[in-house]
Parts: sequence; structure tokens; C-alpha cells
Amino acid sequence: MRFYEYESRRIVERAGIPVTKYGFCTTADEARRVAEDIGGPVVIKSQVLTGGRMKAGGVKFADTPDEAAEHAAAILELEINGHMPKGVLVDPKADVAQEYYAGVVWDGTRKCPLMLFSDMGGIDIEEVAEKHPDHVGRGHLSNLIDPPDFRAKEVISHTGVTGSELARATPILARLARLMRDYDMTLAEINPLARLADGSFVALDAHMEMENEARPRQKAVLEDLGVAPDDLREPYEPSEFERNVKAIDSADHRGVIQGKDHGFSGNLGLVIGAGGGSLTLTDAVRSQGGRPANYTEIGGNPSVSKACGLAKEVLKKDGVEKIAVMMSIVSNTRVDIVARGVIKACLELGRDPAETVAVFRIPGAWEEEGEKILRSYGVEYCHRSVSMWEAAGRAVAKIQGVPA
Amino acid sequence: MSALLSEDFTFIVQGITGREAVNLTRECLDYGSKVVGGVTPGRKGREVHGVPVFDTVEQVTESLGYVPDGSVVTVPPAFTKDAVFEAIARGIKLVVIVTERIPRRDVAEMVELADRNGARIIGPNCLGVIVPEVCKMGGIGGPAKDAAKAYTPGPIGVMSRSGGMTTEISSTLTAAGLGQSTAISIGGDAIIGSTYAELMPLFEADTRTDGIVIYTEPGGRMEAQLSAWVAENDSRLPIVAFMAGRFMDSEEMQGMSFGHAGTIVEGKEDTATDKIARLEAAGIPVVERIDEIPDAVKDKLGARV
Repeated sequence: MRFYEYESRRIVERAGIPVTKYGFCTTADEARRVAEDIGGPVVIKSQVLTGGRMKAGGVKFADTPDEAAEHAAAILELEINGHMPKGVLVDPKADVAQEYYAGVVWDGTRKCPLMLFSDMGGIDIEEVAEKHPDHVGRGHLSNLIDPPDFRAKEVISHTGVTGSELARATPILARLARLMRDYDMTLAEINPLARLADGSFVALDAHMEMENEARPRQKAVLEDLGVAPDDLREPYEPSEFERNVKAIDSADHRGVIQGKDHGFSGNLGLVIGAGGGSLTLTDAVRSQGGRPANYTEIGGNPSVSKACGLAKEVLKKDGVEKIAVMMSIVSNTRVDIVARGVIKACLELGRDPAETVAVFRIPGAWEEEGEKILRSYGVEYCHRSVSMWEAAGRAVAKIQGVPA
Repeated sequence: MSALLSEDFTFIVQGITGREAVNLTRECLDYGSKVVGGVTPGRKGREVHGVPVFDTVEQVTESLGYVPDGSVVTVPPAFTKDAVFEAIARGIKLVVIVTERIPRRDVAEMVELADRNGARIIGPNCLGVIVPEVCKMGGIGGPAKDAAKAYTPGPIGVMSRSGGMTTEISSTLTAAGLGQSTAISIGGDAIIGSTYAELMPLFEADTRTDGIVIYTEPGGRMEAQLSAWVAENDSRLPIVAFMAGRFMDSEEMQGMSFGHAGTIVEGKEDTATDKIARLEAAGIPVVERIDEIPDAVKDKLGARV
């Protein structure tokens, strides 16, 4: 999950990294008061979870508190890349001598954190790495020992930084590395890290992302930041379908079902499963000219009512004409239980299973029982000898055979 | 000898009294695997399908008089790191982690500790390893009779980021007369104990393996690492790949994740399109359909003769 800039700054501050005397505001009046407190020129920055703020007009400078309020009012109304801001950050306009970049990311191949530092801050680090590789210092960290200061010092020195600048920047990068580990961040970046005219260093912007799997054990910091447990920070608002599937899943502990329909708008509903199987089947439908109405994942061994609930939600979606029920060979999920659930969903919605289920391809545990149930309702059952590709193709052919 | 497991391979199950673990133990025993002990703190003295349960791994090794070869770890995410540390500290050399949703930091710590102790981790978020008709370590393939339907002995090594697709692919190979030497569900997370490239030397050294099939997904750099490994090593083993999740490349899916935790695309280099190009440049054909795999493998094997 991604944090807003004002949250990221608070995290950085907690870790002992100096920040400016900023204020987070949700109204123009608050912005005026913060600007008065600061007592000089300020920057007003939109708080949105998307890039390109500057270009979109989400960052403005003000010389007086009135001007700050005026800009804040405008920015609070400004939508950026489909996102409305959560508020604005009012920050003193810093007297910057030089901008640096400090970051810590995961190196998945080496399976450990990687520290990055550059004396060319304020721009995209990937661009710097490409055009000025000698201005980027790198260093891996052990997972088993506390990130040591000397590693940060080495990384910074690789960029040619020396003297009091090296001494001042070292603890900042080391603290960032510890913060990244302690708070389970997948990304911890300060850009720009500024050296002010008086020689001191201060974080002018920060970008933090926390691993979702770690949220349960990071409750304390999330509570402190005011992030609610149900604030998932998805890149888009969950749809009705997505909310309903989630509700069905959490109402019953047996098995796991997930559903997404963001970006899908077809006529073939997919009741499909297992992580890799769902990816494979969605591709197979699309590659053969089919238009999926949604994406789902069935995992574990769901109950009949859960399978039924999922099938119903898919069937109720606008534009869905038929559903395809498909999985890779299952060992945990029971074929007969999914079959019962799907048939029940059709009947309860007053639909003929034989017409509604374009294809049912789930081979594996309890397949004989599953086949019997399906056959008694006139639904075609595909064994493992029918490949995932062929099953998807049959579903597409059936739906295309229906007159519009 | 096969990669990872042999007929004499012994292993324990940590978290053995959990619901899934009880099933898994039954399945492995039925398949003929040597499950020699189990651990659940506080449950010493019980039995699970005849397998004695202990409080600690140390007690298991004391009772056996030797250190078992492996451990299947299936405990809740918050306790997994400690369980794996315990297994490694007591000298176990192969740890299969079934547990899902373990934070990356914990996985990285476990892997580094394993490296320092000459141990290997498979997973997390995986179904384990199977050597057909020899040993099944984990839930891979399900109940023994189902596993026997999908997996048969033969010359193909299978590695897959998806547990279910390991079985689907092996079943497809079996139907085409191509058995498997060892099939490994490597796990679906962003950081895993053993990647394709890290497992290749084991298959390379396994005289029963003549070719490799991998199942891949968007996200991460594991496929790039494999491409680099192939370029740097004069491997005797042809590789065929299948890539799922091509639809994630389309504009409207940007920033979304599907399937496994590891499928989050973080840069332009880990999209399906980029991975396919990279693998093919390394001489690894990427098929679009699972049912095209057997012919692609036969082509490759034929080309080597």
C-alpha cells in the first residue's frame, strides 16, 4: 500500500530524519493558518496517490497566507489522473543549496534490500541511473544484521560526496534503511533530500510503500498515521461486484474466492480458479476472441453456498449472457461442490443451467460426482483431456453462437 | 537419483496438527513418502496418521537418532520465520514452506540464514516437490491416487510459480507420454527460496532429466535471471516456457495485481511481453497454450539428438 506524502513525511520524521515544518490541511482556512505560522513563502502540494502533480498544477507557490489559502482552495478541487486529493501539504519554501536522492528498495534477484544514493536529486532516479550512472551509488544490505552506518557511507561516497556533506547524509540513508526494514516497506524514498544554505539536510519529499502482507504486524504505525484497516489504497474504487464478492468470501471461512471486474466489460462471465489457472484461462478466453466480463479466483475448498454466491454475482453483472466455469486440475477444491454451487446459482436466478453454463471444465477431486450432477441438468462436463485452451474456446464459440 | 528427493528421503511436518497439514501428511504417507515426525508446540505425545508429534525439532532428531533430510512448514505466517529458523538450526537441509502471505522481510531473512547453513528453501506459498513414484513432499498433486493420475516418471523437469499449474502441466506431459523427473512448485511470491536459475544446476546434474518446462507469470525478474543463466552456462537441457497473465499487459489493467503476490508488475521489464522477448532471445520458446507444451518439448529434445 502506498502512503500519501504527508504520511511518508511523518514516517521519516519518526525514524529521526529531519523534515521541514510542514502542515497537512483539508481546508483553505487551515492552509492560511499554517502559512501564517510558517511566516514566509510557502509551497502548496496536492496530496494524491499518483505521480505528475507538478505538471497537473497540483503544486503551487505562495508569498502570503492569503495566496496560500487561494491556491489550497483550487488544489483541493483539482482532480489529478482520476484522483481527488485527500488534502494539501503546506511547506516552507526551503533555501536549497543542493538536492540529493536517497532510497532503499528490494532487490528481488539478490533477495535483500538495496540502498541507492545520488547527488542529482529532484528528478527520477531511473533517469539519472541511465544518463549519469556515475552519479548513483548502490549497496546491498544483509537481512540478518542491523543496517550499518558504514554501508550508507560507502554508498554515498561512490557518488563522490565527501566532507561534512558525507558526514551529514550518512545517518539519513542508514536510518532510511532501518525504517524500510522496521516498517516492512517495499520502497522508501526521499527525493529530494535537500542540503540547505546553512549546511543542514532535510527531507523535502518522501515516498513510502508498505507490503500488504505486513499490515497486521504494523498496526501501531498505521493507527498512529490514522490509516483505517479497511483503507486498502487500491489504485481504483472497488466496484459493486468486487465489494459483494469480498463480503461473500469473508462471511464463510471455507475456501477463498476473489473477484475483480475493473477493466473488464464483456459478455462471458468467468467463474474460474486457482492463481495460475485463472491467469491462464483469462488469456485463453481473450486470445480466442472472447470478452470476459470479470476475473475470479477460487482457491481452497469453498462451500456450496460460497461457490453459489460467486456464480450469482457473476451472473448478475450487466451484460453477462453465459458463464464459463473452469479451473486447472484441482486437488483441494472439490469438483462436486463447485458444480452444486453453480447449478444452485442458476436455479435461484431462474436460469436454465444447460443454457447458462457455457462450459464446465474442472478436473480432479470428486470429478465423478461432479459430472453426475452436471449431467442431470444438461450441462456439458469437460475432463482433463479437454485442455484449458479448448475449454475456453468452447465457451467463446457458444457465446458467439447466440444471436445478439 | 533425482533433483532434491530420493527414495530414502525423510522429512518432518512442522505444524502437523493443523487441518491442511493433517491432510498433507496422509497424502504423502499414501504416496510412499517417509514422513518421520511432526512438530506442533504443546502437542508432544500425539500422533497424526501414525506419525509421532513433538514440541520441538530437537526432540524429533533426538527421538530418531538422526537429522531428517527435510521439513514441510505449514504454520501461520506470523510464526513461519521462527519455525524455519528452528529447522535450519537443527541441521535440516531442505525446507518446503507452504504458508502464504509471509512478509518479504521474513522470507529474505530465512533465505539468507539457509544460504549461510548450506540449506535450501522451496517456497513460500508453494505446494512442494514430487518425484513420481518415489516421493511427494507437500500437497503437490493432492491425494496419492490423484497425484498418480497426473504425475508419471520420465525425463522432464517441471518448475512452476503456480502450484495448481504444476499439476496441470505435468498431467498434459503425462498424457503425451512425457513423464517427469522432478516437479517443483517454486512458489508465487515476490521473493522465494529457489528460483528457476537457482534450481537449474540440480536438474543439470540429474542424469534422469533431459529437458525442462517452466510456468511463468508477469512480475519479478526470475525469468530474466533464467535467461542470463542460460546465456552464461552451456546447459545440456532444453527449456520450454509457458507464460500466463498476458492480459495484464493491456492498458486498463495497469497497476493491478492478479493471481499471486509476486505478479505485481513494478517496471516495464517485468511485463509478460518483455519476459517473452527475453526468454525467446535466450533460446527458450514460449508457448501460448498448455497443450502446445508436449510438442514444443519433443521438438527441442529432437533437435538435441
